[in-house]
Order: sequence, then C-alpha cells, then structure tokens
Amino acid sequence: MSDLHKEVSELERKSATAARLFDIRRIIGGLFVVYGVIVTIAGINPSDADLKKAEGVHINLWTGLAMLALGLFFLIWMKLRPAQVPDEVPGTPES
Amino acid sequence: MQYLAEGLRLPTNGLDYTILAIYFVVVLGIGFAARASVKTSLDFFLSGRSLPAWVTGLAFVAANLGATEILGMAATGAQYGVAVVHWYWIGAIPAMVFLGLVMMPFYYRSKVRSVPEFLLQRFDRSAHLLSSILFAFAAILIAGVNLYALSIVVEALLGWDRWVAIVVAGVFVLLYITIGGLSSAIYNEVLQFFVILAALIPLTLLGLKRVGGWDGLTGSLEKQHGADFMSAWGGTGIGDANPLGANWLTIILGLGFVLSFGYWTTNFAEVQRALSAKNLSAAKRTPLIAAFPKIFIVFAVMIPGLVAAVIVPNIGSTRSGLTYNDAIPLLMRELLPNGVLGIAVTGLLAAFMAGMAANVSSFNTVFTTDIWQRYVKKDQSDAYYLRFGRVITAVGVLASIGTAFIAASFSNIMTYLQTLFSFFNVPMFVVFIIGMFWKRASMKSGVWGLVAGTTAAMVNYFVVYKQGIIDIPSDQGANFVSAIVGFVAGAVVMVAVTLFTAPKPEAELAGLVYGTTSPDADEAPEEGDDAWYRKPALLGWGAIVLAALCYLPYSL
Repeated sequence: MSDLHKEVSELERKSATAARLFDIRRIIGGLFVVYGVIVTIAGINPSDADLKKAEGVHINLWTGLAMLALGLFFLIWMKLRPAQVPDEVPGTPES
Repeated sequence: MQYLAEGLRLPTNGLDYTILAIYFVVVLGIGFAARASVKTSLDFFLSGRSLPAWVTGLAFVAANLGATEILGMAATGAQYGVAVVHWYWIGAIPAMVFLGLVMMPFYYRSKVRSVPEFLLQRFDRSAHLLSSILFAFAAILIAGVNLYALSIVVEALLGWDRWVAIVVAGVFVLLYITIGGLSSAIYNEVLQFFVILAALIPLTLLGLKRVGGWDGLTGSLEKQHGADFMSAWGGTGIGDANPLGANWLTIILGLGFVLSFGYWTTNFAEVQRALSAKNLSAAKRTPLIAAFPKIFIVFAVMIPGLVAAVIVPNIGSTRSGLTYNDAIPLLMRELLPNGVLGIAVTGLLAAFMAGMAANVSSFNTVFTTDIWQRYVKKDQSDAYYLRFGRVITAVGVLASIGTAFIAASFSNIMTYLQTLFSFFNVPMFVVFIIGMFWKRASMKSGVWGLVAGTTAAMVNYFVVYKQGIIDIPSDQGANFVSAIVGFVAGAVVMVAVTLFTAPKPEAELAGLVYGTTSPDADEAPEEGDDAWYRKPALLGWGAIVLAALCYLPYSL
C-alpha cells in the first residue's frame, strides 16, 4: 500500500472533526429563526411606499414567514435525527 | 469587468444593516466554534474526511455560487436571453453526475488530499508540480476577482469605499478559515446557500410580477430581441448568427463537454468538498445532491436578468448607464423594501465571501500538502504542517487582495473566469480522463498533455482568435472553441508521448485506473446508505433526466 495511503489513514485515525465538530443545523436553524422574526415584524405593517415598491405584495411578511419556517425545519430535523457521534473506532479495517 | 453604474445606491437603513451585522457575527462564530475540531492537518484541510453528504453537497453547489457567478449569469441572461440555461443544464449537470458516478471512486478511495495529488499517484512529479502551481496561481487569481467584484458592488450599493470593502471582507475570510479550516469554510457555504436563496427567490417572484408574469416577459423580450432570445437553441445552427457567437456543436462540445467537465471534475475548489465527505457513498453523492439545486438555480438568476432587460431596454449600452452586471442590483433597488433588502445585500456579500473562501481554502491545501510538504520541507511533524497551513492561508488572502485588479479589462465577469478555465482546466480534464481509463498512459504523458493542452488553448485564444485569423463572433464563442482545441491537442500529445515512454508499473496503479482493484477492502456501507433515495445511480440519472426535461419548454 502506498505511503500516501498510510499517511492519510493515520491522520484519519487522529482526526477530531467527526467527534468534535458542532452540528450546522443548529446554526442554520438559529439564524433563520432570528431573520424570520425580524423580517416578519418588519412586514406586519408595511408602509404604502414599501407596498407600492414591491408591486403590492407583502414581501417582507411572506419572506419572513418562509425563513422562519425553514429555520424551524432545521431545528426540528436536528431534534428528530440528532447527529451520531461515532464511537471511538479502534484502528480502521484497512490498516 | 466594468464598474457598476453610479446611482445604484440602495436605500438601506438600520434594519438592513442589523441583518448584515448578524450575518458577520455568525460567520465568525462558526469559525471559532469549528476550531475545537481542528486537531490534525487533515482536519484543517479536509475536515478529517468526515462530513455528511448533504453538507458537502450544498457546499459543493455554494462554492460555485459566488457572487461573480450570480451577477455574471444574470448578466448573461440579460445579454443573451434564455441561452444562459446551457451553462446549467448542459454545462454543469452532466459533468457533476460524471464526477459522482464515474470519477469519485478513484478520487476518494485513493485517499488523495487534492486533485494534483492524484496526478502524482497516477503520473509523476512533473505533472504534479505543474498542476499544483497552476492551480495555486489560478485560485489566488479567482479569489482576487471575487474580492474586486465585491468591492465594486459594495461601493455602488452601499457607498463604502472600495478599500474598506476589500479589507473587511478579506479579514473576515482570513479569520474564519485560519481559525476553523475547511469545516468553517464549508459550514459557511451551506449557510450562504440558504441566505442567497432567501435573497433571490423574492427578487425573482417580484420581478416576474412587475413585467406581467412569464407571458408578459416573453412578449416584451420577443418584441425587442426576436423569438430566439426566449429559446434555448434558436439561432444556434452552424453558420447562423446569434449573440452568443456559438453554434449547437460548440455549445455541446466546448461548453457542455470540455469546459464544464474540466471545471466540475478537476477544479479542486469543487472536488475538495466531495473529498471531505465521510465515506465513499457520501463522496459520490456530494456532486449528485448538488446537481438538483443547480438545475433550478438558473431560474433565480436568469429571470432577474431577463426582467432587467425589459425594465431597462437598452441595458448594456452606454445610453442606459447600466451594464449587464447591474441586472440584479438594479432589481434589488427597484423592488425590495427594507428588510428583504437587507437579506439580499447579506446574500450577495455572503456569496462574494464564500466564492473567495472556496478558493482560499483549496489554495492553502494545495500549497501546503502538494508544494511545501512534497518539495520544500519534507517529513516534518503534522503539527508543523497544520501551523504552516494557517500561515499560508493568511498569505493567500493577502495575495488575492493584490491580484484583485487584474479583473479590470473584461466587460463580463463570467467571460473572464471562463477564459481562465479554458486555459487551466481543459488540459486537466483530458489528462484525468485518459489517466483514469487507459492503463498504458505513461508517466511522462501527464505533464506533456497538460503543457500541450494549455498552450494550444492559449494560442487559439490569443493568436488565432484575437488576431482575427479565424472569425469567431464573440469572446464567449472563442472560449468554447479554444476549449475544444486544448482538449484535442492534450489528447493527441498524451497518446504520442505514451507510445515512446515507459508506462507506470501496474502495481502502483492499483485503485487509480479503471479495471484495477483498490488495495482497500471495500468499506462496510454505513447503515442507511442503501436506502433507495441514497442510491448514487438513481440520483445521478434522475438529475440528467430532469435537466433534459427542463430543456423541453425552451426548445419546442
């Protein structure tokens, strides 16, 4: 087996990413809930100028609600299917 | 690239800036939070090969969805009409599927950490060194293009000084990659993917409403530009004149086959995302998962481009004072009230930074593992290379600030990028494809294929086309032809060199070439990876069929 193979396999064994990296769903969920709330509030009572600009569509309201829904989707997904931290694997099979 | 027009200043307020500020805080937060996971150089450069497929897949598409791509493709839409779909449905999907289904097993199983490292295993050191240096150079250049484009947009839209924008964005990218490594870059790309969609979707829908829906859009543009403007293949017969300057053959071969395969399958800034996946199944699925959003993203950039062409009929001419690249900023100003406007500004800035970060995070890997570790300082401890990687990240960011100004002489950002890819990536693809499928291809054939392909593409572009020896109507069309020329030249030279030089010993090719077996026992598939919706073949062919179906309404 090549040297490269050995070197990378060795590094994979020592790698900490799988065990220590946080779950990105928490960040996406959190940010979109915050954005969703901000934009929804901005859209609850739009000024006439804003409405006219957006072709009469309550665009802040709809975008805000959609972002809120996406944020909640990620948080719920994470709750239902939490990431599995791999058990300490003693030596990989290919070593 | 031209400066964005004066007078595109957006009416941003405190609300928009709050949204932007929150994003910048989160970006840095991801960097710091990812720091705990960086223990080895493999963690820093390749996320320890441990990320799930949906994360790497979205990062794969987002790494390409830089703001140069977004503004550039909307510009292409405003200029050439519906023909912009070619860059997605024929110019990306087949290549992404090919990468996932055919090439990924060789890439991932061989445990290479970069695309050049594969060339080292398959060919020899000269091919490796040449491709490493070319890639490092191109990555910095493109990072610079992104940074420069960002500063122009920010100046036009927000009124910041260009230097402020360059320094702020550069420093943020520097910090979050230096601290958190590739995991931080990838996580930010995934986040950016959703923010940019949250910006583009409202813009697209409001834009359509403004011009009376798709029918209103079609009606106005067909009246202005003729029916071919709203059709994918109209006017692309060989010898026909069309604004793209390309015919169906150069579109399919040049853009669809050579350029896009070169870009998607051998550009390390993309492939790196797949190599960081946690197992072979996830690595194969990375570009396949990316293909599905890619099919539909075209609507969110093409439609704003087309709408801009209706609202400002003479966009792109000096009389309107607006360039094609202004399409999306123009609609943002015209249509978005504060709030969504803040999201849109954030999305654009996020896209610029992610486009730059993707190049910086691939540059540091190639520079450290392929150049420094291999040729300059061998056999140091892993901690040394990790430290070196962090230093070189900072150096890379500073260098890309320096190169930011090369981009100034082309009118369309995309043309500029594609010109580069046609020189660097075309020969890469031919060398890979021959190297992966022809055992006999000799050790020396790799480097000569690269040299011949790059030279031929450059000669075709700068001499044959620019000097007017053959007549190609546009830069875009000339790119497609140069790509084909580079591909053919690379292939011919590889075969010729192989006939006269020694093949690589068969034992060293195990797992690198089609028809050899990998030295690894197949890893046990992870639980759940055999679910039907995770089957690579189904995902891949599904994407191809879907892209073909998407062509139908624009071809009949």
